[in-house]
Amino acid sequence: MITLPETAEDIIVRLLRLANTKLPGDIGWALEAAAGWETGSIAYSQLGAIMDNAKKAEFLGRPMCQDTGLPVFYVSGTFDSSIKKDIENAVRRATAEVPLRPNLVDPLTRENTGDNTGLGAPFIHYHPTDDPFIQVDVLPKGAGSENMTRLAMLNPADGIEGIKRFVIDAVLDAGGRPCPPTIVGVGIGGTSDRCVEMAKEALLRPLDDRTKDKVIRELEEELFVKLNSSGLGPMGLGGATTVLGVRIKKEGCHTASLPVAVNIGCWATRRASVRIYKDRPPEFTQGVFA
Amino acid sequence: MRMMQTPFNEGEVRSLKLGEVVGISGTIVTARDEAHIRALEKGPEGSPACLKGCVLFHCGPIMQKADGGYAVVAAGPTTSARMDKLEAEMIRRFGIKAVIGKGGMSKEVAEAMKECGCVYLAAVGGAAVTYAESLIVKGVQWEDLGMAEAVWELGAQSFGPLVVAMDADGNSLYEDVKAKIKR
Repeated sequence: MITLPETAEDIIVRLLRLANTKLPGDIGWALEAAAGWETGSIAYSQLGAIMDNAKKAEFLGRPMCQDTGLPVFYVSGTFDSSIKKDIENAVRRATAEVPLRPNLVDPLTRENTGDNTGLGAPFIHYHPTDDPFIQVDVLPKGAGSENMTRLAMLNPADGIEGIKRFVIDAVLDAGGRPCPPTIVGVGIGGTSDRCVEMAKEALLRPLDDRTKDKVIRELEEELFVKLNSSGLGPMGLGGATTVLGVRIKKEGCHTASLPVAVNIGCWATRRASVRIYKDRPPEFTQGVFA
Repeated sequence: MRMMQTPFNEGEVRSLKLGEVVGISGTIVTARDEAHIRALEKGPEGSPACLKGCVLFHCGPIMQKADGGYAVVAAGPTTSARMDKLEAEMIRRFGIKAVIGKGGMSKEVAEAMKECGCVYLAAVGGAAVTYAESLIVKGVQWEDLGMAEAVWELGAQSFGPLVVAMDADGNSLYEDVKAKIKR
């Protein structure tokens, strides 16, 4: 009997199911660690309910959060224009099959397209490389955290202290709205558009992946400690766990600019990646490819 | 966890203390941005009867058609602050007894809660499967608003955990945390 290989579309449907139903391992561990240092009963109960829910979602194969977001895609490797259609079809199918909540509306009439496609969506970023596969990363982004996004075009004189102030204010002003404990994605540099893009891309880097850039690593660690000393806590109800991690991405910028952007990921920062090959089965990961 | 049965009376609601953890059995009703806007346009007479005196749930669930009805797939709270400008009037005109959501609401809403005898119950954001497991669909109204925005009348069995985060005396756990926050 001949087994037909899965199409790219089939594989991307699986990718969306994986991202929505299974919390990445590094986030699960970070929540376990957080529960270990929380002393308040309310904070502890929030973390307990979160972990309990993540386990149920995985076991039952259901989306861990009802806000399955708008999926943001990053395509890299060797691909042609057909990947766009594959992703569109996969989103339409996953919406019916997983199921995902139809979240896509016209911004003015608020009319829902019903299947998370259309009006320019799904949103896809393309980064061609010479690798012998198509890599698709997906970040289903819920609105609770996405609505807290901020961009500042700081003055170069504001420096690293200005960056810290801006990030801390963005997270603490958001309060309980983005479902803390959150993962804070920060973009530093670029142009205004590129900076916001980087803040979101930063969320793709797992919590257990330490950057080699010493300055960035120290800044991530300092912000992590500062934010967790704030007292905001899980769901903004008070406690020692406000963030699970801070992820920073940096690129060059204009000599007269210092762009900084914050894109927050809720505790359920859902992400998954797949490499699609021509001659062998796909490889999935929710961390870093081996 | 203190178990409560709907419908709530004012005495019960006013006896709830900040930080107390409760579970609810009975009926809860979902409404988000669009349902609030329409309910305030049409008023209590022109709106689904289940909204009157109800326990309101800020939630846009994932529902799946099953056996001629709907099954609740995932149903966690949505960010309540989006309804800040609408909720005070909603509480006053519809006699809402409790609002379930996440992230808390404005001082204006807290005032209406104090005046009418209503509390804010914080559900755990993102715990959508846990909450869905204790819910069944009793009915749906205004389905034209879409799955997330429709008014879903839900049967609840020990629905929780919920933390009393704003009581009927104008106190708020969020304001307490905010006052103590270290920047």
